[in-house]
Order: sequence, then C-alpha cells, then structure tokens
Amino acid sequence: MERNRTFREQKEFAAGRGAQVRRQGLVYGLRNHFLRHFQTLFYTLGQLSRRPFSTLMTVAVIGIALALPAGMHVLLKNVQTVLSGWDGAAQVSLFLHRETREPAALSLAEKLRARPEVASVDYISAEQAMEEFRLLSGFGEALSALEENPLPPVLVVHPALTRQSPDALSVLVEELGKEGSVELAQLDMQWVKRLYGLMDIGRRGVWVLASLLALAVLLVVGNTIRLAIQNRRDEIVITKLIGATDTFIRRPFLYTGFWYGLLGGIIAFVLVQASVWLLASPVNNLAGLYNSAFRLAGMDLATVGALLGGGLLLGLLGSWLAVGRHLRDIEPT
Amino acid sequence: MIHFTNVSKRYPGGYEALRDVSFHLAPGEMAFLTGHSGAGKSTLLKLIALIERSSGGQVVVKGQNLNKLGRRKIPFHRRNIGVIFQDHRLLFDRTVFDNVALPLIIAGYSHQDIGRRVRAALDKVGLLGKEKLYPITLSGGEQQRVGIARAVVNKPALLLADEPTGNLDPQLSKEIMGIFEQFNRVGVSVLIASHDHALIRSLNKRVLMLDHGALVGDGFLRAAHGA
Repeated sequence: MERNRTFREQKEFAAGRGAQVRRQGLVYGLRNHFLRHFQTLFYTLGQLSRRPFSTLMTVAVIGIALALPAGMHVLLKNVQTVLSGWDGAAQVSLFLHRETREPAALSLAEKLRARPEVASVDYISAEQAMEEFRLLSGFGEALSALEENPLPPVLVVHPALTRQSPDALSVLVEELGKEGSVELAQLDMQWVKRLYGLMDIGRRGVWVLASLLALAVLLVVGNTIRLAIQNRRDEIVITKLIGATDTFIRRPFLYTGFWYGLLGGIIAFVLVQASVWLLASPVNNLAGLYNSAFRLAGMDLATVGALLGGGLLLGLLGSWLAVGRHLRDIEPT
Repeated sequence: MIHFTNVSKRYPGGYEALRDVSFHLAPGEMAFLTGHSGAGKSTLLKLIALIERSSGGQVVVKGQNLNKLGRRKIPFHRRNIGVIFQDHRLLFDRTVFDNVALPLIIAGYSHQDIGRRVRAALDKVGLLGKEKLYPITLSGGEQQRVGIARAVVNKPALLLADEPTGNLDPQLSKEIMGIFEQFNRVGVSVLIASHDHALIRSLNKRVLMLDHGALVGDGFLRAAHGA
C-alpha cells in the first residue's frame, strides 16, 4: 500500500508535474524569478540589520566619501547663484566720438533702446563724465588746468538678462561697435569671466575629488564583500555541490553591495543637508549685511538622485568586482 | 545510468586514485562501492558529480559525456544527482526546512511547490515534525536523514552516497540503508560508497570492489561468503 502510494507519486511527478512546470514555463519562471530577486533583496537587508554595528561602520565610511564631493557640488552651486546676481551688472560702455553732439547721442540711445537684446541705455555727457571724474579721481585741480574736456560722451548699455551668455554678449558688443558715432565699445565683464574661470577649476576639482572617492567606495565595498564571501565559504561550497549556478551564488552578495551603496548615499545626503542647515543662518546673516536676498540652498532633486544612484551603482560595481574575483576560487573538493 | 570506460584519475603531484576503471550501472539499479580507505571510492563518486574531472577514459551519466560538459553546465548536471555526504554538509544557521528546501530554491520552484515537496521529503525520512529545528539540535542519524531529504527533494534519478553510515551505530545504519532501498524501489538509481561489509552483505546488492584505484570485483558479496 505504502509502496503503491510512493510509486504513484513518482509516476505522477514524471508524467504530470514536471510537464506542468514546463508548460507554465515562461510566466511561472518570470514570476518566480522576480519573486526570488525580491526575496533576496530583503533577505540581504535582514542580514545587514542583524549586524547593525559593522553595517553602520561600512555605510558611514561610504557615506562620508560620497558626502565630500556632493558637499563641494552644493557649495559651487551656491557660489554660482551669487555670481548670477552679479552677472546682471554686466554692462557695455559705448565711448562716442568726442565731437558727437547731444541730440545725435540721444537719438542713438533711442535707437539702441529699440533693440530686443538691450534693456536700458543711460547717456552720460562729456560734462557729466568730467564732473564725475573730478569728484571721484581726486585730480580735481589738475583737471581744471586742461583747456578742453578730454572725455568723450558715453552711452552705458545694460543688456537684457536673457542675452547674457558670454558669447551673445560679445556679439552684441561687436555690433554696437559698428554704430556710426561709436569710437569704442567696451564690455565691463572681464572680472566675471575670471570668476567663471575659477568656477570651472572648482567644478573640475569636484570631478577629480569625486573620482578618487568613488574609487575609495569601490574598494571599501569590494573588501567588505570579499570578507563576507570568506565568512560564507562553507555555504558557497555546499550550494555549489547541490547545483547552484554562479548567478545564484552571486545574487545575495550583489544585493548586499547594493544596500551598502544606497545606505551610504542616504547617509551622505543627511550629512550634506545637515551641514547646509548648520551654515544657513550665518550665511543668510552675511547676505543680509550685503543687502542681498541670497539664501543658502541645499541639494536639488537631480543632485539627490545622482547621489543615491551613484552610491547604489558604486556599491553594485564594488561587490560585482569582488564576487567575480573571489567566487571562482571557491570550488567543492 | 552510469558508464565508466577505462577511467583513470591522477591528482596533481602524481597520485593515481583510479586506474582503468570500467563498469556500467543500469537505470534503477542499486550498487555498493567498497574497498579499503584510499582505494578510490570517494574519487569515483566525485567524478560522477563533476567535483573532479577524470584524467583519462570516459564518464557518461544519463547519456551525457561528462568530459564534454562545460563549466557552466556543471550546476545543471548536479541538480540531476542527489549527493549524500558522510559529514552531512548541512547549513547550521538554517532550519531543517530551509536546508532541505535549498535545492528547490536553487532550481527556482515556487513557494507552494517548495513547501509541499520539502514536507514530502521529510516525511520519507521520518523527520516531518522537526522542520523548524536547527540541525545542531539533531542527533547524528537525524542530521544524516536531513542530508538524505535534501538529496532526494528534487527527485533526482540518481543518488550518490559517500559513507552515509560512517558515524552511525548498526541499528541507525540499517534504517538509513532502508531509506535508500525505498528510493531504489521507486526507480531511483543508487550508488553507495561504504566499507561496512556486514551491512552490505545483509542487503544482497551488487558490489563494486576497488583496490588501490583498480576495480577488482563486481558481483554479490552474499554468495561469496554464504551468509
């Protein structure tokens, strides 16, 4: 009786069950596949939470390494905001021929105001310029000795905000220089360009720093995973003996790296936001002293995304490298 | 099921574990592999499970020439074979249920299938009530049964056992062999390495005798000794 039952089971398996599994093949397989990934994802998280202290240590190292370039990036963004406020001060001085009469100058100013790329035009007559110069330069007496006013009349052109890319500005300056009564068109923006140059160096610096620290994150994750692999050597041997593929064995380690990277990214986010929060009130005070409405900004959504995504990818990559390097060495004997 | 043709195995360093071994195990057959320790029993089983590769000759299992089986296909080959080890090789940080479920998880069975099959396998080895225990709390004989349940849970056509009763007393050994006989009766091929001659004699099965890596006997012990 007992024998009959087991025999029937065996036959049922051979004829029915096996075929059923194969028939449901793709849907069954895919559903199980995703389910298994999902299970591994949370199984590895559970394993990490069972060793909270060592997990926190690893994650904190990754977090600090990620926070440094992220913080630099936030700093640069803020400096850029400050600069864009000053950018509006870019102005073009048109030095007219000295013999240009006031009506001609004013009509030129009127003509320029009609251009879309010009926001406003101020006219400074030669006499006003002289007066201003006398007041500000301290050469008052010496200037009185001059027989005639050596200063030309000037039109100060403020470009519209939408036209302020450096290239568009130089085109505008070139065009203004071709106006009949203009002797010289000069863009007062050299210093802005220099600041932008400095910013470029800063940005490049962030990339260099980020690359070096990304490498550090890779090494930290790689080494942690390598230790995890060594600790679970017996388990790996046994699962290989009963038919586990490399993919199957690799999966929990990859997800562990994934968690390290993601949690490190979250810690980096918290560190940067906390620093911004700590700095916000003194910076705002300082801005107030300069009559500026500037407010220190934290990370925008894109930066947060890049930080978390980057951390996650680095974690995955680090564990992938470690697993690829060390899993092959472990074979049952 | 298993075809060995002039198989030899030489380990790095020159030690010759198997010399010119040829035999055939038919589907559904049960046989013992015996000989003194170091005669090559374990090596022979390792060649079948592709834990080692032969240095000469041909090993064919279930019609598949193992010499031609690539590294990436080894896991799928092992899923068709249930292997039982003398030292059980259980995972001590997981319950009996999880240990037995491992081959099914590896093979990608659904949650429901796994529960059903694990309980069926534990039922067959008489451990149904102990699925939530950890292996460390079980006796040696019970641990070996967990190992057997794990080996058969995927319903392989071939069972290999390396000294499965090595550490057990005669009564427990008999019970373990009884379990193997049960599986053999439903069509599973079984090959057991053992040097327990008394036990082998009592079972009246085909015996392959190894001596210093060479196959020196193929027949029935019972007739020879008249027990």
